[in-house]
Order: sequence, then structure tokens, then C-alpha cells
Amino acid sequence: MTTAPAAAPTDPMIRLERLTKTFPGQARPAVEALDMDIAAGEIVVLVGPSGCGKTTTMRLINRLIEPTSGRIFLEGDEVTKVNPDQLRRRIGYVIQQVGLFPHQTIADNIATVPRMLGWDEQRIRARVDELLALVGLEPATYRGRYPKHLSGGQRQRAGVARALSADPPVMLMDEPFGAIDPITRDRLQNEFLRLQETIRKTIIFVTHDIDEAIKMGDRLAILREGSKIAQYDTPERILSAPADDFVADFIGAGASLKRLNLSRVRDVELSDWPVASVDSSRAEVLAALRASDKGAVLLLDAERRPARWVSGRELQREDGPLSEMGLPPEALVQPNATLSDALNEMLKSRYGCATVIDGAGVYQGNLDFATVSAAIQEMRRDARDRSRAEADEVHAAGEAGA
Amino acid sequence: MVLAGPPEDQGGVDALSLVAGGTDIFRRSRGVLGLVGLPIALAAAVAVLFLWVGNKQLDSIEQRRVNPEFITNALAEHMALAFTSTILVILIAVPLGIILTRPGARAVMPPVITLANMGQAVPSIGVLVLLALVWDIGFWPAIVALVAYAILPVLRNTMVGLQQVDASVIEAGRGMGMTKGAVLREIELPLAVPVILAGVRTALVINVGTATLATFVNAGGLGDIINGGLVANKQTVIVVGSVLTAAVAMFIDHLGGIAESRLSPKGL
Repeated sequence: MTTAPAAAPTDPMIRLERLTKTFPGQARPAVEALDMDIAAGEIVVLVGPSGCGKTTTMRLINRLIEPTSGRIFLEGDEVTKVNPDQLRRRIGYVIQQVGLFPHQTIADNIATVPRMLGWDEQRIRARVDELLALVGLEPATYRGRYPKHLSGGQRQRAGVARALSADPPVMLMDEPFGAIDPITRDRLQNEFLRLQETIRKTIIFVTHDIDEAIKMGDRLAILREGSKIAQYDTPERILSAPADDFVADFIGAGASLKRLNLSRVRDVELSDWPVASVDSSRAEVLAALRASDKGAVLLLDAERRPARWVSGRELQREDGPLSEMGLPPEALVQPNATLSDALNEMLKSRYGCATVIDGAGVYQGNLDFATVSAAIQEMRRDARDRSRAEADEVHAAGEAGA
Repeated sequence: MVLAGPPEDQGGVDALSLVAGGTDIFRRSRGVLGLVGLPIALAAAVAVLFLWVGNKQLDSIEQRRVNPEFITNALAEHMALAFTSTILVILIAVPLGIILTRPGARAVMPPVITLANMGQAVPSIGVLVLLALVWDIGFWPAIVALVAYAILPVLRNTMVGLQQVDASVIEAGRGMGMTKGAVLREIELPLAVPVILAGVRTALVINVGTATLATFVNAGGLGDIINGGLVANKQTVIVVGSVLTAAVAMFIDHLGGIAESRLSPKGL
């Protein structure tokens, strides 16, 4: 998950201490005595039902909303009382509506914070081009355009570039992909995760969509009313061992299915299926089939790429060359596909298994229901063991202290 | 053709339908013909008027009002009245509109708007006469009456122009660490400029028209020609005064339209 955090593990990038916000005229605080540590380089997703205070919490961190009480630390320094405008220039900010300035070009939009920080124009120009390229907008084409000339997805990319302009260590993102169509959203999420692998920012990400939270988060904070943390943990463990009924309800049905988004085909062991060369004799293929408990053989071509699926019945009843027998290969997945993708392919396939190939199309192995099911069981068991071990540790520490 | 509207969200601005301005019509006809067509037509109308007057035998009463020197003088006075009052309107109404749209000013907004509404509701002629009774006659009382009458469109457009700026744009600016002043200067005001300019243009046209009443407090202007013609019952004089006033008002409106499209920020 997280590699090489910038700060020591004892010194989180962001620490919230008893953070509380009570809006005037409201009896109950919107955020109540929130304690939270956010490690450097992680994406922490604040997720919860509408009105639980997740956006308020996020806006307390850059003090767009001033806390009623409590303290905020950024990189070890208390920032609860510093000049909020100066503070915000150290924190990237991305919102759902993006909020690009419509009367400024994309380049000027991205240059906003560097200009406030007094960078010289040459450095700003270089930075703008670098960022446009980073978020996948061709600099020569887009730097002089106005926001109205961009599609929703392009605007969101420009918004991310603008938030990154002064290379802030921390980014706050409030439902950044919420107003984008599902297909573009999926692509932007993937792009953003890939981007994060290089930029390694500490990111607080707010969403009400648990699936998005599971996909994007290194850690999720499931919040209930008053921004109280119901569970703060990795997605795996939240899915495997929800802390209470509220968390379980919020994850909803299909936690096991959701978990499939967390592991990739390369993480699981592939099962043994009979394979044979498409050039071998019928007898050899039959022998391979009989040596296994499966009902079909996968034939591979000279480069070991899947060529045909043939069943035992087809081998016995049909004449003609092997290369025209049975079915063409189906349900092909690559090792970096999620188990969820693989399962989806599997359900559509005739033999109930997905065939894993590498980038060059070379056969790696097969993945069947039993393997996926076993993977789910194992994830669940691991998570439970870990929570139990931690609970024991806490218990032991408590006893030692007493 | 693109309509000049507020950039994004129009929701929640109930006053928007009341906003003064002819921006849309202007922008739709931005071609060369749109730019020079109206001035050519106006010049033709004025030329026809002068040919008609030139072919007439004017008596001494008519000659006193319809002669180049008198007309030029009246025109200069008229422009002085209209532009001075409009500049004062801008200097008062734009800052007032900015202040009234700041979060702290919610309480004082209704009474100020009521006052501005009264300024436009009370007939200018009444204000002029009252000012003459309690204060004085001449240029400055006329200016006060014109300012009172034309403040509402600029004030209202300034407020609506600022209120219709997309809240997410302001939030993004604040969230990046722009100060409130910087957000006002660099985001809110530029984005409100088209709407504010539409209000200014309306105020200017109102003032060009209303300045004809300044003659009643001895402040001159093209009203001198019209009123002189009415008093002496000379049709030719009335026609000259009226056509000139109309042509000036339309020409100023046209210039206002050009200024509006030139001064509005790109990208909207």
C-alpha cells in the first residue's frame, strides 16, 4: 500500500485533535470532538451518509470553516491559528463543480497559486505545461483555452492540475468525480490513482459513494452523524470486519463482491487446466483431458497464446483439424485486472473460468470460481485475525499498564 | 450566436428577470452592419431633418432656437448633464452594490433598495421642481434629480451581477488561498462586468432622455429647444429638438453597446 511515507510514522501529515464545529443556531455540533491522524502519502476517504459532516470536516482542515474548538496540525505544526489564506496556499483544493475561473484561460487558472506565491513568469509557464501534460491535457492545445471550451472531464483534470500547481503536500478533494458521467468517472479515477503513484500526496477525499471510497482509499473513515468515526481502517478490513451494524449497513449488501475490487488477478494462484498445443494429435489432447478433472482443454498456438477451447465431447464426435474445433478463446483477462472484472468475464464464459494472458497475449493460467471464492474467504479470515490480534494487543497493553 | 448571460448558475437570483440591459440584442448583431448600420441611419435621419429645415423660411422666433450656435450649445449642455450624472451614478451605485452584497450587509439591503426604488418611482419633474423650491435652480439641482432617477438600474445590476457569480468559483478561489479582496477584484467584479455595464448603459440612456427636463430648472440642454417650440407653438422647433434628442439617445445607446462588448472579459 503506502511506501516510504515522507514523515516518520509517529508524525502524521495531518493530525486533528478534538476538532469540533458547532454552527450558530444549531444545538448539535456538525463535527464533534474528532480525533484523526492522516499518514503522509495516503488517500484517506471520508465517507458517510448525507449530512454526517464529512464535507464540513474537510473544510475545517483548510479552515474555510473555522473550528469552534480543537486543534489542527499540518506536518507537525499547529495551524489552527495561522493566517488561513497562507495556510490554504499549502493545501490543494478540488471541488465537485471544479470552479475554474471562466474569464481566465486554463493556463491562468493553473497559475493562480504560483502567482500569489510570487513565482517568476518563466517558472510559472514551465510549471503550467508540466501539469497539463501530467493530467493528460496537451499543453499546446489547452493552455490558451477558456473553461467553457472544455468538457466536464477535461475541466476536472484542469482542476486537479490547478490544485497541484504549487506542489502542496496535502490535497483536499470534495466529491471530485461526483458530477461526471460513469464512464468518464471510472477513467478519471484510474488516471488519478496512477497519478498518485508518482505524486504521492496526502489526500483527503470526500465521497458518499462507498464503491468509490473502496476504490480510491488507502484508508477509509466511515463517519456517522456529527462526523464521529464509526471505523477508520483499510478498505479490506472494513469490508471483512465491519466494526458495528452502522458500518455493515453502510457498506450494504455485497461486501464480498465489493472486496473483489481490492485484489487483482496477479494476487491469486491460478488453477491448473489441461492445455495442449493446437498442433498435437487428437490422442494427446484426449490424454491431457483425461489426466485432469475438467471437461475441456485449452489449445495453445506456437507462441503459447490461447487458440481454441475444445470439450471432450467435441473431441470424440467431430472431425476436422483441432484449430477449427470447439470455441475461440473467451474471457481473456490480464494480470492487473481486478477479481471483480475477472468474475464478470467468467460469468459470461462457457466453461466458467477466465483465461489469464500477459501483455503479449501469452497464456498464464486459468482462474475459476473456486479460486475467486477461496480468495474472498482468505481475505475475510486475514482481516479478522488482524483485528483480533490488535484487540489482544490493546488488551495486553491495558493489563500491562494496570 | 452566444447570448450574453450569466456564466453558469442562474438559480436563486429572482431579481435577474428585472435586470436592465440590451446586451443580447446587441451581441446578436455584432457584424459590421451591426456596428455601423445604426450610426449611418441616424446620420441620414439628421441630414434629412436639416435639409427639411434648410428649405423652410424660418421666422425670427424659430431662428432664435434653430441655428447652429444654439443647437451646439444645447447639445453640449445636454451631454454635460447626461455624462456627469451617469459618472456620479457609477461612483455611488457600484460601491454601494458591492457593499450590499457582502455577507454582513443583509440587514441594510432592503431599506437601501426601497430608497433606490423610490428614486425611480418619483417622477423626475417633481424632484426637479421640489429641488428648485427648497434649494436652487441650475446645473447641480438637475444633476441631483438625474442621479436619483438613474441610480436603481446600476445598483440593481451591480448586485445581481455579483450575486450571479457561481458560488463554486468563489469557493475555489478562497480554497486556494485568495483573500476576500482578491476574490472580489479578480473574480467577482470581472465576472459581474457584463451585467454592471448593461446597467450603466441603461442609466446613461435614461439620463440622456431625462436631461430634456433640465430646461425647467434653467439647466439648459436639448429640452430648451423642445420647450421653446412648445411655448411659442412652433412645430419646426419642436421637431428639431425631439428628433435630435432621440438621435442622440440612440447613438449613445449604440456606443454603450460597443463598450459593453469590448469591456466584458473574454471566456464568458
